[in-house]
Amino acid sequence: MTTVEQRPAPPAAPPPRRANPVWALLRNSWRQLTSMRTALVLLFLLAVAAIPGSVLPQQPVSPEKVTQYFTQHPQLAPFLDRIGGFNVYASGWFASIYLLLFTSLVGCVLPRLLDHYRALRTVPPDAPRWLERLPQHAPATERADDPAALAATVAKTLRRRRFRTVLREREAGVWTVSAEKGYLKESGNLLFHFALLTVLVGVGFGSWYGWHGNRLLVQGDDTGFCNSVTQYDESKLGPRVDPSDLPNFCLKLTKFAATYQSTGVPKSFEATVAVTQDGGSATSREFTVNDPLRLHHASVHLLGQGYAPVLRYTDRYGQTQTNVFPFLPRDGMLTSEGVALFPDANVDPKTNKRDEKLQVGFEGVYLPTVSADGSATSSFPAERSPGLFLNAYRGDLGLDSGIPSSVYSLDQGQIANGQLKKVSGDRPHELKPGETWTLDDGSKLEFLGTRPFITISIRYDPTSELVLAGAVLGLIGLMLSLAGRRRRVWFRVSPLAAGDAGHGGSVMEAGGLPRTDYPGFPEEFEQLVKAARDEGTS
Amino acid sequence: MAELSNQLMVITVLAYLAAMVCHAAEYSFGARSHIGRAAAAPARQLVGAGAPVVPVPDDPPPTVAAEAPAVADETPAVPEEAPKKDRGALLGKIAVGITALGLLAHLGTLVTRGIAADRMPWGNMYEFILSVTFVGAAVWLGVLSRRPGIRHLGLFVTLVLVVLLGAAGLVAYTPVGPLVPALHSYWFVIHVSTVILASGIFLVGFVPAAMFLIKNGYDQGKRSFPYTLGKRVLPAATLERLTFRLHAFAFPLFTFGALIAGPLWAEASWGRYWGWDPKEVWAFISWVVYACYLHARATPSIKRSTATWIAILGFATMLMNLFGVNLFFAGLHSYANAGGM
Repeated sequence: MTTVEQRPAPPAAPPPRRANPVWALLRNSWRQLTSMRTALVLLFLLAVAAIPGSVLPQQPVSPEKVTQYFTQHPQLAPFLDRIGGFNVYASGWFASIYLLLFTSLVGCVLPRLLDHYRALRTVPPDAPRWLERLPQHAPATERADDPAALAATVAKTLRRRRFRTVLREREAGVWTVSAEKGYLKESGNLLFHFALLTVLVGVGFGSWYGWHGNRLLVQGDDTGFCNSVTQYDESKLGPRVDPSDLPNFCLKLTKFAATYQSTGVPKSFEATVAVTQDGGSATSREFTVNDPLRLHHASVHLLGQGYAPVLRYTDRYGQTQTNVFPFLPRDGMLTSEGVALFPDANVDPKTNKRDEKLQVGFEGVYLPTVSADGSATSSFPAERSPGLFLNAYRGDLGLDSGIPSSVYSLDQGQIANGQLKKVSGDRPHELKPGETWTLDDGSKLEFLGTRPFITISIRYDPTSELVLAGAVLGLIGLMLSLAGRRRRVWFRVSPLAAGDAGHGGSVMEAGGLPRTDYPGFPEEFEQLVKAARDEGTS
Repeated sequence: MAELSNQLMVITVLAYLAAMVCHAAEYSFGARSHIGRAAAAPARQLVGAGAPVVPVPDDPPPTVAAEAPAVADETPAVPEEAPKKDRGALLGKIAVGITALGLLAHLGTLVTRGIAADRMPWGNMYEFILSVTFVGAAVWLGVLSRRPGIRHLGLFVTLVLVVLLGAAGLVAYTPVGPLVPALHSYWFVIHVSTVILASGIFLVGFVPAAMFLIKNGYDQGKRSFPYTLGKRVLPAATLERLTFRLHAFAFPLFTFGALIAGPLWAEASWGRYWGWDPKEVWAFISWVVYACYLHARATPSIKRSTATWIAILGFATMLMNLFGVNLFFAGLHSYANAGGM
């Protein structure tokens, strides 16, 4: 920005330069944007704009609730979706608020950084002419010392108290001491604001170069997982991450132990996995909630657990297939829902052709502890008296339609259009582990037992340390800025008899100016003056 | 132990209630604040010294009050005036004493509950409110011991304490239970304790903030209901400065507890340091609003009353986070009712 210098008018004044209207508009807009009032309004807007994200379900946090909201409010939901209501914190209007805010912050803080740099390099100004006009003033007292010596001791006293101190000799043997303290307040303030910028930049880069995925991992050698996008149930890679960038490791769940209170509230979880990294040999590692498995450029977090029944189906041709089917928990007692699909059942061994009308599927619930009163929910999360309650369906499972479908429920459309028919009784059939159920066509389903499974989240955020460093620096800056107090004091030492410098005797006067709100300043000033006087006499 | 804790909790609420009544009595009958005493006492002394027969003027002109010390110096103090003058102060001191007793019972409530559950008593909403109000009461007594002049604010402090504790007992009571595995972490102690400390101090800071606005309105000549309370409180500037200092102390604590320790724990527990969970959203909102307050207060062109309104709004967002989010929004911080991972 240009500064207009106040000078006496030159003899031939040039015609006044007309301001370029575009430049003037830009300059005024910039001034407006970087003003404190605008910053406050933007801060407020940021707080208000964050509210909808806590009221409406958010796509990145709970996509299933968003779907639910769409079915419950068919009129309103599409409109809210269009204005980013289900992804507030990634929406354009939210971003525009915080980007404007940070622009305003930079515009406000950069000039202050320059000012502060200059202030740190300049010495405190000389004493004002009228010390008694300052908020704090100690009237002149007579001293026996020589002015120069006294001023030097006063300066020493102030320096010992970590004041930035300058000693000046003025005309007629007068000495002044200027001292200032509390520069850390502004330093802290600037540090805080720049740390906020670091956090913003860190969060931005983290979302570009980070990735995460969720996976359900069943215990067993045959149900391992290797880190690639296709193996995730759900994954999200930052825009700058290529699927081939993912670190190379494989996990197998070897053991999962959960303990519970007698009320069924969980007490502890412990997952043991065999980890193979970069083609090395497998090592056994344990992790739990709050204590993730830290791998090279990835960490594995335990999110949930459940049971996966192991079922063997023997079709009408006598062919058997065994598979593990994770059932998803519905409540804290691990009442779990799921399906067991056998799309390749009833393949005629003679023709080797799959008959889509003879596919088999089972749907139902698994209760780790069936209660004696016959309730439909589990009464304890551990497997005390497990029971599997299933309905059998035969027909086209609808898996070949190309439409992605849930692996935890049957295609309701196929049931509705009659392509998939229920072939068991009105009530679900109960199976205890080891029991076999013979269906109407003579085929058999055997419940072999269960295996535990865990749900894990695997994540990598390259900038989390940077964000943490920013936050900690911000906190330090904040405390300095809130606790610091900038103040100036001046002492003027004049010879007792004017023009008689060096012949003993002087008059000392002091003044103080708090440059920020500082209620304790009068006391500190009084102490300083007292210390200066005591030093002087000793 | 759990029952003992519940009984102590009742005693705590009753003690704060009794303290509130005493403060109220001091407020309405006593010669309460030092301002009130400064205005009333010299007038009485003047009357006692100079004209015992003349009835006490209801409203002595200020000039008389100003000359009073000189007159009072000439004659000894009138003894029968003293007890009457001190009754209010005595009530106030009793109120502070009862508050201190309440604080002990409050501490007992927390300790016995912690022993009953065999852990830090910060595991659910009920225990959280108990802890926040304990910090509030302790900070209040701490500040009071350094500045006895603000004693009459105790009426409003105990009011807030009684309301919050009552709400804790009515809507948030949870039987003693162990922690869910999600809370098995040393971050539990760090994150929750700093958030409790910060919330408790914000709570105490809310009282002078509200009183400043009332006093400020009263000074501007407003005489409708809430402003009438401002008749006998500290000068507006003192209230305002106390408000700022409490907030300036609580804000870094809140920053550390909610925005540094919280995300660190969230990273270990949920895999991400920030996920816009409703609790996180409202902590962010509170932080932004309190940041607004600090900025507004540091800006000379913004009126102090405007800035203080922002602090009030900040406390409202804290309450929203405590009650609104716990009771209406499902999120990862749903520990008010135990269950799940």
